[in-house]
Amino acid sequence: MTVLGIETSCDDTAAAVLVDGHLQAHTVITQLDHDAYGGIVPEVAARLHERKIVTAVRQTLDRAGCELSGISALAVTYGPGLAGALAVGVAFAKGLSQALSVPLVGVDHMEGHLWASFLDPLQAPFSGPFLCLLVSGGHTHIWRVNAAGDYDLLGRSRDDAAGEAFDKGARLLDLGYPGGPALQAAAADGNDQKVRFPRPMAGTEHCDFSFSGLKTALLYYLRDAAPDARATDADIAASYQAAIVDCLMDRLQSAVRLSGLRQVCVAGGVSANLLLRQRLDSWSGREQIPVRYPPQEFCTDNAAMIALAGYHRLQAGQSAGMELPIVPNLSLAGRG
Amino acid sequence: MWQDARTDSPAATRQAGAQLAAELPPGAVVALHGGLGSGKTTFVQGMAAGLGLEEEITSPTFALIHEYGRPARLFHIDCYREPSLDRWVGLGLSEYFATDAIAVVEWPEAIAALLPPETVHLQFELGATPDERLIRRAR
Repeated sequence: MTVLGIETSCDDTAAAVLVDGHLQAHTVITQLDHDAYGGIVPEVAARLHERKIVTAVRQTLDRAGCELSGISALAVTYGPGLAGALAVGVAFAKGLSQALSVPLVGVDHMEGHLWASFLDPLQAPFSGPFLCLLVSGGHTHIWRVNAAGDYDLLGRSRDDAAGEAFDKGARLLDLGYPGGPALQAAAADGNDQKVRFPRPMAGTEHCDFSFSGLKTALLYYLRDAAPDARATDADIAASYQAAIVDCLMDRLQSAVRLSGLRQVCVAGGVSANLLLRQRLDSWSGREQIPVRYPPQEFCTDNAAMIALAGYHRLQAGQSAGMELPIVPNLSLAGRG
Repeated sequence: MWQDARTDSPAATRQAGAQLAAELPPGAVVALHGGLGSGKTTFVQGMAAGLGLEEEITSPTFALIHEYGRPARLFHIDCYREPSLDRWVGLGLSEYFATDAIAVVEWPEAIAALLPPETVHLQFELGATPDERLIRRAR
């Protein structure tokens, strides 16, 4: 089965080709060349995607060595995301599905992330349910993945996402962009015991997160610490990073305790953080809990994960018709 | 009538947001000005509660726009990570200001040119203590 995946939920436009669950090629177009509009500002919603999607699909098919006629199904993100952006991807997928007379399946963007670890050909899927810690700029979630299309949200951030805490912390410390890597670099030589930042939610008997208070604690430390008593930027960065990672580890361990599941995927851009990986790897070894990560390029938004989640749904006999809606506030778990 | 507020806790900031939301006409646009950690997202949580929405309101910084209610009754927009006006136009931002839903925008400076003239502008500032916030109507 050759699945063409399409993802246009936010500002990136992406396509991927998967054959029997194995990735052949994928493309993510973040931004077109500056003069792509010939100096004319687009006036209609989502024109950004409209201009990029044909390019993304054509490039992907070329790289995969696949003809349009070789596609046997389409998988498309139908939410959550920006309405106008989703509409472009869904309309494109419907048109292609009709033209080729092949099935179409709608995928939740979050669901894509949950399967991203298994885009690595060296990682066999877990057997049975597993936990997924999804940590990115936009999301901090812990999911229980039961089967294709069957997911329970065990916990989520009640305010800022972990990646946002990294990014805004870096901004407060004037460390540059992107904030996550900048903060990690600044923290490398720092002493993480110098500043005692809070660990919101730690020790509670649920799996939710909160990072907005941590950001505020940094803000007030920078504003109020006496100049002669203030820690170095490296020490502040190290202490702040340690607080974020402590929170992630504490909540994940809480999820393991509460769910009884002992296999874990970690997805999203923050999974690249070295301190988090060290802590996860040593915990994994100590507790004998396997932990898997997606290849780096699939930690951020992409269509390969959408194609893979769609493939699992198709294998389970699911597909959508031409009435597939776009749902900007779609939720896998009905929790908003 | 909503008045400038000095709040002493996140709960009080939410309360101020709920009060404002209850007074807004359909389709109102609200622009929240103020630095990191000044209470903007907390205020929006209150606005959602004031509109009777039960969903949890989280920061839209990376997603750019979150919408709540079906059909949408609140758009929570954040221009922090995307300062290009052209990109916002291309993503269809103006359409979010042309419905009966309330639209609230954090970091609105980049898209000032797209805001309707009757937009309600609020300025957020840190107070003397870590929990105190000043919220006043600007312009």
